Amino acid sequence: MLSTPALVLAIVLFGLGLIGLLSRRNILYMLLSLEIMLNAAALAFIAGGARWGQVDGEIMFLFILTLAAAEVSVALGIVLQLSHRFRTVDADALCELRG
Amino acid sequence: MEVLFYIAATVTVLATLRVITHVHPVHALLYLVVALIALALIFYLLGAQFAAALEIIIYGGAIMVLFIFVVMLLGPLAAEQERTWLTPGAWLGPSILALVLLGEVGYLIAVGDHTALTVSEPRQKGISIALYGPYIIAVELASMLLLPGLIGAYHLGRRMSKESRSC
Repeated sequence: MLSTPALVLAIVLFGLGLIGLLSRRNILYMLLSLEIMLNAAALAFIAGGARWGQVDGEIMFLFILTLAAAEVSVALGIVLQLSHRFRTVDADALCELRG
Repeated sequence: MEVLFYIAATVTVLATLRVITHVHPVHALLYLVVALIALALIFYLLGAQFAAALEIIIYGGAIMVLFIFVVMLLGPLAAEQERTWLTPGAWLGPSILALVLLGEVGYLIAVGDHTALTVSEPRQKGISIALYGPYIIAVELASMLLLPGLIGAYHLGRRMSKESRSC
């Protein structure tokens, strides 16, 4: 049964994506790390669906795919605006709100 | 099947590690494509063939092409990497990892004892029936998510003129 190692792999991938999201300041890499984390969640769903022999895992994968496509299109538009206005892709450049 | 899974999992983790530690965006994208393909192989080994195909077509194809377009459009911010694209260091690592995956797929085709893993029609039919049966609300919600995504991408993606930039 492969679902337990698949879940472990999902945890590892999610952790790697989280580390990348927290450690990189280039906004493009932060988006890539988000994609990795979404993929890890999708892998967890697929592993669960394979474990119980149900199709719900694959359906949730479809929705995660839809979410990732919508998210990435908007986020890449934001990256383009950022590079046009601030001439940088550094997420720390957006500090006007003093957050 | 266990060995294939562990090799593909190793490839995925190694490629993902290179994604989050690389400094060149295009190199990181190459590694991410390899990681996605390895993940698709894992989906196949878990019995989700439809998900594996979608992973390659949409993630490895469409979304990565979006990323590559944006890296190209970033222009001077990414231009200094152009000289290093054609050096062996750019494609050697992803090529080796992809060759490992190709070997696994060739093994899967050659062995031929994967009758339990062939595309099962009732399963695909079950996905379709469940998608447009109990999950119809979620499908509607996905469409309501994609339309604002389209509008938002159009609004954010157009190049602002000088006078409208001030507001």
